[in-house]
Amino acid sequence: MSRFADLFLGMLGADSKKPEKVSEEVRRIMVVKYQDKDRYIKEKLHARAHHNPSHKWRNRRWAVLAAVNLLFVLSFWLDIQILEGALTASRFVGFHLIDLNSALHVMLAHKHIIVNLFIGTFTVFLLWVLMGGRSFCSWVCPYHLVAELTEKIHLALAKRKLVTDHEFHRGTRTVFWVLFALMSFITGYTVFETLSPTGILSRALIYGPGLALGWVFLLLLFEVFWSRRAWCRYVCPIGLTYGVVGSLSPLQITYGVEQCFHEGDCRKVCLVPHVLDVTIKGRAAEAQMGLGPDCTRCGLCVDACPTGALRYEIKGLSQLL
Amino acid sequence: MSTPDTPNVKTPPPVSPERKRRARRKFIQSAGLAAGMIAISLLGYVPVTAARAPRLRPPGALDEDDFLASCIKCGQCVQVCPVSAIRLGDLDDGFGVGVPYIAPREQACDFSCDAVQCILACPTGALTYKKPDFMPAREGAELAMAPVLKAKANDPEPTLNLKERFGVARLARPESCLAVQGKGFSGQARGPAFKGRMRYMEVDRWKPIPVREHPYERDLCDLCVTECPIADAIAMEPFVAEDGSRRFRPVVLEQCVGCGVCEMVCPAEPAAIVIDAQAVWMEART
Repeated sequence: MSRFADLFLGMLGADSKKPEKVSEEVRRIMVVKYQDKDRYIKEKLHARAHHNPSHKWRNRRWAVLAAVNLLFVLSFWLDIQILEGALTASRFVGFHLIDLNSALHVMLAHKHIIVNLFIGTFTVFLLWVLMGGRSFCSWVCPYHLVAELTEKIHLALAKRKLVTDHEFHRGTRTVFWVLFALMSFITGYTVFETLSPTGILSRALIYGPGLALGWVFLLLLFEVFWSRRAWCRYVCPIGLTYGVVGSLSPLQITYGVEQCFHEGDCRKVCLVPHVLDVTIKGRAAEAQMGLGPDCTRCGLCVDACPTGALRYEIKGLSQLL
Repeated sequence: MSTPDTPNVKTPPPVSPERKRRARRKFIQSAGLAAGMIAISLLGYVPVTAARAPRLRPPGALDEDDFLASCIKCGQCVQVCPVSAIRLGDLDDGFGVGVPYIAPREQACDFSCDAVQCILACPTGALTYKKPDFMPAREGAELAMAPVLKAKANDPEPTLNLKERFGVARLARPESCLAVQGKGFSGQARGPAFKGRMRYMEVDRWKPIPVREHPYERDLCDLCVTECPIADAIAMEPFVAEDGSRRFRPVVLEQCVGCGVCEMVCPAEPAAIVIDAQAVWMEART
């Protein structure tokens, strides 16, 4: 099966596999890499010693996430009218923008599509095809940020063996996607919107807090004490919708096997570690590989990698530059 | 020296019983997560089907079920309302989370935007000037004529682009109505602490002011009639009281759209006149 199909199925929940064929180039790289064990270890330690742990991409991302959400808030509070509405649907200087998952559920529940809905959806669709689909999750979604912060509590507790991460099957999210779509279609209510912490948080920021924040708090408790990043990993259909939209995106994180020491620092910080299975020794089929559609392009792995084996890339453009 | 292994054996390696057990447990837990989350999401039905008073939706709203389905919960209608009449439903509204409504006693829709801006702002057609053909109006919901906005009476186009009412006013407590009691009213309609706002044409056409900054002086209380923003929607009607004296009472007419200004300004506590949200004009059936 093609690599694209493998990655796509991986996003739906399939386990990643060892490659059936490894390119000549990768073979040569691996041979050179492990020719001299002492040199390999020395190089590894050298890279580690010179690794300046940075939070460059995390800080940029948090700044963008804060700026986007602040623009929503200020547009209403100060009446500057640049980005009016909430994350589910808005207007950017008058131009309709509509969240793809929210739009999908309104269409399924209402079974009627008006022009503005279509225009706004199409604009956002193009935007996220270019910007990498799930970039929405890590660069825009306010729940991602609070979950990222409470994840630190989970990790601190886990380190002290006070909690353990209960992993669910990643395919659960695909099941949820189908179930929520079916419920919207059958009941005629946008059922998922009632639960969506993305919509709830976005509205709470803009229009003021309410009881619904209690639900978000419960989700965070569940993530701290039971299952790490459970909502984003196993439930949220918004992530899957954007993942599908961004599956052909030119913006991606690219992995180069040559610089990699296969130590797995990247997998430890990743929200969707299965996309980084390619960094396990023996899993790379090509010298340069994109990480696949489930990657949120958050850049934590880019920051974590001591050797620069992981980097942002814009397909086509990077070769030109 | 090692090279990446290329699997040429097709038979899958045997799986240990411990791994099998773990996989099974993971599957059961995942199924539990799915079932639990779906169950919680369906709790949203409870407030929707519970027999409680319906919400007053903003003007131009589709019928309740269609409205809940088509509203994308973005609050753009909230942002354009000059008197902040529109609020968003919370978790106790179930599937109505993030769906706009009006609490007329706190802040009614006084149409001070002149053009029903909330309808204009709606990206999904949940609030609409014109319903699609396959969604016929409920009987008695359709307005017989386009409502004339008193504030625009002298404009070339004095009507509002509103085809259906979103509620109907009703004199729910005639015994507490000041006019029915033959009383006048002077002072702030809702007291000094009331935050509600309204547009007063004689003060400023474009800037609504707090109701408390606009005290009234009436020999016979007729605030619901004079403050109603719609022409011919409510009138004072004489009647003979039990003691034989001549009195007046407000009578709601067919042009009432359900905006709630009468309920907001009514000085009686609780209001003598209230809006029946999503109600239709009953006399139309006779």
